[in-house]
Amino acid sequence: MKTVPFFQITDQPLDPAPLVALVAAPDMGAVVTFAGIVRDNFGGRPTAYLEYEAYQPMAESVLATLAAQAQARWGTGVIAIHHRVGRLEIGETAVLIVVAAPHRHEAFAAAEQLMDQIKQSAPIWKKEVWADGASEWVGNEIERKTSSEF
Amino acid sequence: MEVIVRYFAGHRDITGRAEERFTLEEGATVGGLWEQLVARYARLSGYSGRLLYAVNQEFGLLETELHDGDEVAFIPPVSGGS
Repeated sequence: MKTVPFFQITDQPLDPAPLVALVAAPDMGAVVTFAGIVRDNFGGRPTAYLEYEAYQPMAESVLATLAAQAQARWGTGVIAIHHRVGRLEIGETAVLIVVAAPHRHEAFAAAEQLMDQIKQSAPIWKKEVWADGASEWVGNEIERKTSSEF
Repeated sequence: MEVIVRYFAGHRDITGRAEERFTLEEGATVGGLWEQLVARYARLSGYSGRLLYAVNQEFGLLETELHDGDEVAFIPPVSGGS
């Protein structure tokens, strides 16, 4: 059986089940899975598809470092993060963050903090290809969000 | 000494390449190298102050000193996640 890595950048479709199995343990009463899914629009402008790229292998080591920090801060069990690269269609999963913890609060908190930090410092980029054929690399995602999306 | 610069996302579009070698004087820093890049590719100047820096795949600073054979990346604003 193929070994599932805890942290991976891959051009293959993401599946949460192996990651849940990877982090589960008898003393972990909560497993939170966050899946980031490609949306069909940004701010009402229709999206055709997204294109992701990553600086490898640095991106994987940044994911591992962020997970270690979240684990220490929130006292979680182990954490797995996979991010996809290449062309992604609407509805496909771009990122999976799976956190095990003794109780749910720590697991939710760690997953949310990790997603924020990935958007701030993991060397991963997204190109938005609009339905009208134009395209642009997205930067400063946090600033780009409208307040209603927080 | 010689270093290799990796270009990603918008930087690759501007420079038209994924990587490039630069010959630098001893003692050169990440910041000094960035100035050379901006001089060569004027459209990179809009990224000044909005970058993360990596030397040999570890985060660095503008002051980080470079050495022969280093791999340097000027990381434009990142946008992981959906």
